[in-house]
Amino acid sequence: MNGPEIERLIQLLGRLPGLGPRSARRVALHLLKKRETLMQPLGTALADAARAIRACSVCGNLDTIDPCSICADSRRDAGLICVVEDVGDLWAMERGRIFSGRYHVLGGSLSALDGIGPEELNIGSLVKRVAAGGVREVIMATNATVDGQTTAHYLAERLAEHEVPLTRLAHGVPVGGELDWLDDGTLATAFKARRAL
Amino acid sequence: MTAQAISALAYSSDAVSGAAPALLAVRQLRLTDFRNYRQLRLDCGAEPVVLVGDNGAGKTNLLEALSFLAPGRGLRRARLDDVCRRPRGEEPPAAGWAVAATLDTTDGRVAIGTGLEAGRSETSLPRRAVRIDGRPMQSQTALGLHVAAVWLTPQLDRLFLDGATERRRFLDRLVTALHPEHAGDVAAYENAQRQRSRLLSDGNRDPHWFTALEDTMARHGVALAAARADTVQRLDAAARLGVGPFPRASLAMAGEVDRWIATMAAIDVEDRLRGELAASRLRDAESGTTSCGPHRSDLAVRHLDLDLPAAEGSTGQQKAVLVSIALAHARLVALSRGRPPLLLLDEIAAHLDAERRMALFDEVVALGAQSWMTGTDAELFAPLGGRAQILRVADGSIAAV
Repeated sequence: MNGPEIERLIQLLGRLPGLGPRSARRVALHLLKKRETLMQPLGTALADAARAIRACSVCGNLDTIDPCSICADSRRDAGLICVVEDVGDLWAMERGRIFSGRYHVLGGSLSALDGIGPEELNIGSLVKRVAAGGVREVIMATNATVDGQTTAHYLAERLAEHEVPLTRLAHGVPVGGELDWLDDGTLATAFKARRAL
Repeated sequence: MTAQAISALAYSSDAVSGAAPALLAVRQLRLTDFRNYRQLRLDCGAEPVVLVGDNGAGKTNLLEALSFLAPGRGLRRARLDDVCRRPRGEEPPAAGWAVAATLDTTDGRVAIGTGLEAGRSETSLPRRAVRIDGRPMQSQTALGLHVAAVWLTPQLDRLFLDGATERRRFLDRLVTALHPEHAGDVAAYENAQRQRSRLLSDGNRDPHWFTALEDTMARHGVALAAARADTVQRLDAAARLGVGPFPRASLAMAGEVDRWIATMAAIDVEDRLRGELAASRLRDAESGTTSCGPHRSDLAVRHLDLDLPAAEGSTGQQKAVLVSIALAHARLVALSRGRPPLLLLDEIAAHLDAERRMALFDEVVALGAQSWMTGTDAELFAPLGGRAQILRVADGSIAAV
């Protein structure tokens, strides 16, 4: 029906997260209609990004320079490492400007069922960073899912010999959350982690 | 164009007298592309509902729709996709399904919507959407705050003869009605258990990874075993009293972890389970199983009037014990949570003699929860008289009898 170029475009777009074959066709058509204003700039942006952006050899963050701008920033505290699953999580932390230390991006979480083991994740380099000394605290900011928590526990095991304080983010009542709307699991977790006023 | 099978039915609850005020009742149910229902709207009173109709008319489908108002995979444990209405002829296939209900609860009126959303992303895994009073919920566990549902289906008639897996599943549903967080613990435990089995079968020897997974198994496993122990203990006390002509029954957990729970502090049981799992890695790798944990527990039920294990009674006696447990459980939930569960009783009149049918109906009316019962023969439900609403189900539509 279509030329091979269009089919290939649709096929590739269909591999993007959140897009299936139907939305891929819609996106392809939209791009073709906005050839000058969208498609060509997008193509250039994709090519530039593919050429220039690499994973930081220290923390795994994505940036055009290596080490990344966070690792290279001397004003950020190198003694604090916040471990996150994905770059998206790092971006979320940075959006909130809540953390002034450095990061370590694992690139996912341990999942035996998906064939993701420690070798597939950016774990060896974290152990090396901690072993090199100068780290005062490692903060586990993995997701509050079974896999995320298993990963945090695994890292704690791996880092135990270095005797660096390990912490994890609190689980519980979301800020602005109404208790009435919380599921029992979250409420029970929040209850266990209550603290003195 | 196909005729739309829309049926609307107004039913006045004022017409029915003598019923206790409902503590939990579905007052309106709307189905969209659910099994054999294209569109259905059903308005009903708070009294028990009896669905009569021929085989294949869609009675059990309605019970299944109601079972989705509580957390879990519903009465058939179906895949979300399989619940979609099958297209007839040249109709386009349905992309999603929805069950929306308005319920009267002790907290007032609650609107629950759940289903598989048609507009969801094509690539993401199908996930059950849940809305309560129009607000999207993160997970279906939120449903547990409002609705607990317990069902008896003809498949469960073999419960005492089937494997322990079926009994654990049945028990876990009873536990979830008392401890809504139980379903989450079961899911987390099973997830970690599957991952550990995968590591073992892959020949992985990373001790830290095993320790992390076994820690997850121990924490959730002990939490779920403790919830089972608590439920079974209270249910045993209630079932020993018996309900009317239904047999008295005793219930007990049988399993290694259950014995520990009975005699040790939970924190020590966690350590014990962690230790056992760590010690059994080699053995488990060879056998391809997980040799220790609450997934090996069983529910032991005895028919006290016969003084026999429930499995050794006749088919009818087994059914009677099952009804006994369900009714004792409903009373227990009503007492401890202030609100009984929805009882979904599929083909319930089968295997019960007239005396027990009468007693079941009396109990169901007294319970204060709206029970939904199905049967092919309206006559069997005659003893309910005006205390229930009897509806006839035929080919995707419903009408009052």
